[in-house]
Order: sequence, then structure tokens, then C-alpha cells
Amino acid sequence: MLDESYYRKTDEIISRYVRDARSLIPIMQDIQAQYRYLPGELLSYVAKEIGITEAKAYSVATFYENFSFEAKGKYVIKVCDGTACHVRHSTPVLEALWKELGLSKKKHTTDDMMFTVETVSCLGACGLAPTMMVNETVYPSMTPEKALALIAQLRGEIL
Amino acid sequence: MIKTVEELNQTRLRAKEELNRYDCRILVCSGTGCIATGSNEIYKIFRELVKEEPNIVLEFAPHDKAEHQRLVGVKKTGCQGFCELGPLVRIQKKDKIIQYIKVQPEDCDEIFQRTVLGDEILERLLYKKNKRHYISPDEIPFIAKQTRIVLENCGKFDSESLDEYLASGGFQALQKAMLTMSRDEVIEEIDRSGLRGRGGGGFPTGRKWKQVARQKEPVRYVVCNGDEGDPGAFMDGSVMEGDPFKLIEGMMIAAYAVRAENGYIYVRAEYPMSVSRLRGAIAQLEDRGLLGENILGSDFSFHLHINRGAGAFVCGEGSALTASIEGNRGMPRVKPPRTVEKGLWEKPTVLNNVETFANVPKIILEGAQWFRSIGTQGSPGCKTFSLTGAIENTGLIEVPMGTTLRQIIFDIGGGLKAGAQFKAVQIGGPSGGCLTEKHLDEPLDFDSVKKFNAIVGSGGMVVMDEHTCMVEVARFFMSFTQRESCGKCVPCREGTKRMLDILERIVGGQGKMEDLDTLEELANMIQTMALCGLGKSAPLPVLSTLNTFREEYLSHIVDKKCPAKICTALRRYVINPALCKGCSKCAKFCPVNAISGTVKHPYSINPVTCIKCGACKENCAFDAIYIDA
Repeated sequence: MLDESYYRKTDEIISRYVRDARSLIPIMQDIQAQYRYLPGELLSYVAKEIGITEAKAYSVATFYENFSFEAKGKYVIKVCDGTACHVRHSTPVLEALWKELGLSKKKHTTDDMMFTVETVSCLGACGLAPTMMVNETVYPSMTPEKALALIAQLRGEIL
Repeated sequence: MIKTVEELNQTRLRAKEELNRYDCRILVCSGTGCIATGSNEIYKIFRELVKEEPNIVLEFAPHDKAEHQRLVGVKKTGCQGFCELGPLVRIQKKDKIIQYIKVQPEDCDEIFQRTVLGDEILERLLYKKNKRHYISPDEIPFIAKQTRIVLENCGKFDSESLDEYLASGGFQALQKAMLTMSRDEVIEEIDRSGLRGRGGGGFPTGRKWKQVARQKEPVRYVVCNGDEGDPGAFMDGSVMEGDPFKLIEGMMIAAYAVRAENGYIYVRAEYPMSVSRLRGAIAQLEDRGLLGENILGSDFSFHLHINRGAGAFVCGEGSALTASIEGNRGMPRVKPPRTVEKGLWEKPTVLNNVETFANVPKIILEGAQWFRSIGTQGSPGCKTFSLTGAIENTGLIEVPMGTTLRQIIFDIGGGLKAGAQFKAVQIGGPSGGCLTEKHLDEPLDFDSVKKFNAIVGSGGMVVMDEHTCMVEVARFFMSFTQRESCGKCVPCREGTKRMLDILERIVGGQGKMEDLDTLEELANMIQTMALCGLGKSAPLPVLSTLNTFREEYLSHIVDKKCPAKICTALRRYVINPALCKGCSKCAKFCPVNAISGTVKHPYSINPVTCIKCGACKENCAFDAIYIDA
């Protein structure tokens, strides 16, 4: 069960938009920006509030890759695996991160909820390939060593 | 508020005067690439430096400037293009511009003291090539050999400032269209210019506008496709960040021409900066009355909205994109009816790509004839490309249609990275194909490239060297399209899955000869039967590599070898007995006991038990272990 504050926040988000189907995606994006994931209860709540069925809301939420029903880590690391990054060897960067954080293709978030590692198809900074993004900051010309140094640095921030 | 044409003219004049008052402008590149290398920090430092100096005034402050003071502006510009050499900074003094590259925080003070306050040029921060130092950006071969229409303003002024856009002649095209041309004349001019959709399809823009304009339904929409999804492409993102006002002006001209009152820009989720720049631009335009009701006192009203994508590549397809704006799953539908008849909310819709709209203002201003004088007969104008991969100068470029690959890769791109050998260039992303050595002198335009099983596409251009395995590249693109297939039609949903299975088997060393026939059969089926462009073009990367690099497929299947030594399963780790000292370290690190030998004598690896993890090679102190193709 989510506490009351989640619903109040959601009300505030809904109030920014017109109450109909077209607002579903922006509302879900705002909720996800707030909580780093999309709690299922809130999705049902939003559906009711903007007058669409839960099934419809769920079908839209599951279609788009950006929406996640699972809580993500404090640092969401998106390793770019676009063509330019791929040919400049982004895979070793991803593998180094997986190994360091004990993650894999199937397991994306560390148990302490600090790191989520995902791949993304292109960050639009191909000139500096390979790249990765931590939350909204893009890091250029990555190597496995630089990625691990960054993890150490982020861990330092946590402690 | 700008409510009349006179007010717009006056504002523009005033903005020009203000711009001329600057003694010096520090233009810091704020494209995604340069921000990643730290240009925001550079921007902040320069602002602080300017503020600390008593004899200098920052920004417009018409009444504060005393006689002895100088006006120095610090501005964030759009992408200056040379992404790999960022952070890029230009110092502009009247007409003289100095381009500095790779500017670090510790360089700022020196630049400020010696170049901004003084008149010295810091040689070490200039671009150097073949022992020559380049001062002005326009002299650098990478830039000098381009023709910039859409990217004209990128890097020249503050991309977030409406005043600076106006000062550079912004909104003159809209003004010309609204005051001196009828709606039909605007459409006619675009039609005559031969402008074709820059998103990849190459459909004539004027014809599209005409079709919308003649619909009976009075409610129409103008939608901009900024869902640049091709991996390896960042042209549209750079335009949205670098010159948002030009894109908006283009959309407004379209809206005026087809009588639309509402417009939407659909921006990809991974481009947060494009969203914030466009939002800022829209807010300024609404504030000044250039967007909203009765623009310039006419009966033309236009409202602009932004929709952020949510991570679905297929939304770059027209009908999927409009479905997504409506709040649905972004799935394409069967056509006809086409978007021009029943688009957004089933209303006639002009749906064009970012670069297409950004071309419009200059065509209106300079005329269709001028536009036709650039590029080729069938594809007039210029095209932006993002040049990436194993190339010396990566970055954002714009060249006339019909430019050859050799000019792009070798003259502008500076050739391959040191020591690398040109193998192929992939254009058009997951919907495109590979061009090779023999295509280098072919002129590139919408029609020519199709002959070689490739497409110009949106303009992603990834250069590959001999360390790229073409079968692996085909697998990479297939895994992309398979993941992004929306699942609506069977040929794409099941077909791409089967093709991916086969490709995975081949790179895994389990390929069979008949796999190649099956791949071709599946490709043919998907191309003819898939519902939308994503599916129809999905097999192209496979067909094009099968065609040009068939021998690589054969090495994988018959010889079980990957010539580029990329495919892990086909690697063969070998110990060079001449270098091996017999220290036994590799044997200790091998997780499967595949290495054996006697201490102080060369060890050897048993290829049957080896799982190709590479632990031995990583840990060898004598570089005695290598990968054999």
C-alpha cells in the first residue's frame, strides 16, 4: 500500500493536464520522474481520474520501454549501445558494469537500490562514442576503467 | 508584445543594434556532445570572470554601460559541429571569430585575459592539421567543405534567445509568407523548390501540404517528428537544441499555409535538452505574442505543444506517432487513409521531420529557384549527416545532396582514424545498408542510394574499419528492430525474430549453409508483407551485408572463423611459444582448466574445452596470448 502522499502528489500532477486519454503518457512520465518508477496503484488511480479503463492505461504503460513498474536505483545508468557506440566497443563497458555491480541481462537493479544498469539505443552524442548516461548527465568516451571509476565516485557520494 | 508587423520590424532592428554593441562575445557550444565534455562548467566560469571585471558589462544593459566600459556577452550556442574536439568555444570580436577546441576549466582565465581582454591568440587551443593552425572556424576543412542551410545558425548565436534569432533575420520568412503571399502561393513555392522529406522517406513536402490543404475538414494539424530513433543519428536533436526558433518558424509557415491552429512536436525521450530548449522557445514566443491568437494582427492563430516520446522506436512512423500523441500504444495502422487525410485525431495532418521544417524558412525567403540551385535535380537542397564511428573527425555535418561519400568521409571527415582501413559505411541506420569502397564516388541522394540496397534515411552515417564484423553488425541491427517491433503484424513480429535467431546462430559458430537462403527468403517476405516502414526496411541491413560481404558470412559458417576477430564464440585463443615464459599464470586463471604445460616451457590451450572468456589473455604478463581468426 502506498501512503497518502503518493496520491496527493499524483493529484497535483494530474491537475497540470486536461483530464482525458491524451494526458495519460505525460502524467505517467511525471509520476515516473518523481518516483523513478510507475507504481501500479497510481496507474489505476490515474486511469480512474482521467476517465479511461485500467486495461487501456496498462496496455499503454507496458507498450513503452521507458515505463517501469519496478522501482529503479538511485543512479540509473544507461549504457549507449547505438551503432556508433557499438562499433567503438560499448559492450565491454556494459560488461564491466554488470560484473562490478553483480547485475546481468536479467537483473537490472542492485539489491541496495543504488544502481540500475540499462542499455539505450542512442543518446545522440555519437561523436563521443561510447557514451553512457547517469540520470540525466551524459559521460563521453567511456572505457571499462572509466566506468568503474565513476561507480567508485558515485559510491563515495553515497557514503 | 509584438502585435503588428511594424512592431516585429522594430524589435528586429533593436535586437540588431543591441547585438552590434557587443565588443566581444564568448560563444560556448552547448550541444549534447560538448555538454558531455563539460561545456556548462566552461560557460559558468566565463560568466564569473566577466562579472568580476569592473570595466566589463555582461549582457544587454543599455543604460548601465558607461563610456569606458566594454560589453562582453557569454552565450550558449547550438552544436558547433566538431563534437569530438569539445568543449568548443568561439571568441567573436565584431567580424573576427577565433575557434578554440578542447577548452578545459583551467584554460578559461588565460583565454579571458589574453584573448577577450587582450588581442592575443592562444595557439595551443587552436585546431591544428598538417602543421597548420586554424584560427577562424570557417577555415577548418571540416567546416569549410560543408554547405550549411539548416545548421546555418548553429554555433553563431545564443540558441535560447529570441532576440538573437530575430537579429539574424528570424521570422522574416513567416512575415514574407503572411504579408506578401497567399496560402496557395506558399505551398506552391515549397512544391516548386522540390524539398523532400528529410526523415528518410523523401516524399515531396509541397505535395503533402497540398493534399492537406485541399481536404474538406476545416480542422487541421501540423506535427513535427522529432522522434529521431536511429541509433547513430543525432542531426534532428542538434537542430532542436541548436536552432529551436527556426524549426518553429518552419512549422508556423506550414500551419499558415494549410490553416492549422494547433501544432505538436514529438520529441524523443532521450533528448531532455531538446525538450527544454523548445519549451523555452515556445514560452518566449507566447510571451511576445508571436505564438497564440491573431499572430501579427492577422486572422492566423497558432498554438504549439510538445509531446515527449516514451522509448518506442516505432513512434517515428507517422501513424504510430500520432497514435502516441493521442495517448495510445504507438502502433502503426493500415494505410490508406493516409496521414494527410486522417492523421492526428483523424484530422488532416501535415507531418514532417525536424530537418524538413527547418529548411522551410530559407526557401520562402530565398525562393524555390535558389533552393533548386543546390543539390541534385531529383533531390534539391542539402542534407545533414551525423558522422561517427572509426573516422577522424566525428560530428554533425551538412552537405549538398549529390556529394560523394569520398568527399564526406575523406575531405570533411578527415579519413579513417589513424591506422585504420576503410571497410564500409553504414547509412540509414536499422533501415539502411552498408556501402563500400566501390560506392565511394557515387553521388548521394534519395534515389541513387536505393540502387545499392541502402537508404539515405535520416542521415546517420557510421564508418566501419577492418575491426568490424559485418555479420555481427547485421545481427546488431536485427536485434534492434526485433526488440522495437511493435508486434502488430506477423511478418515483422515473427519474421524479425526468426532472422535474429539465424544470425545469432551464425555468429555463435552454429550456422549452416541453408541459413543464408532462409535469411533471404524471410527478408523478402518481411519486405513485401510488413505493415509499416519499420518492418519493411528491417531486413535491409542483412540483405545489404549478404550482398557485399557474403564471404564473411561464409567464413563464419564454413570455416567457423570471424575474420574481424569480433565474434566471441569463434575466437581461438593461442599461446605464442616464442613469447611464453612458462610462468603458469594463465593456467591458474583459466576457469575451465583448458591450459596445460610444464613450468618454464611454453603452455598451450585446448581449443575444445576453452570457453573464450579471455581471462588468460588479460592476465598474461608477456603478451604471449593472441586471438587467431
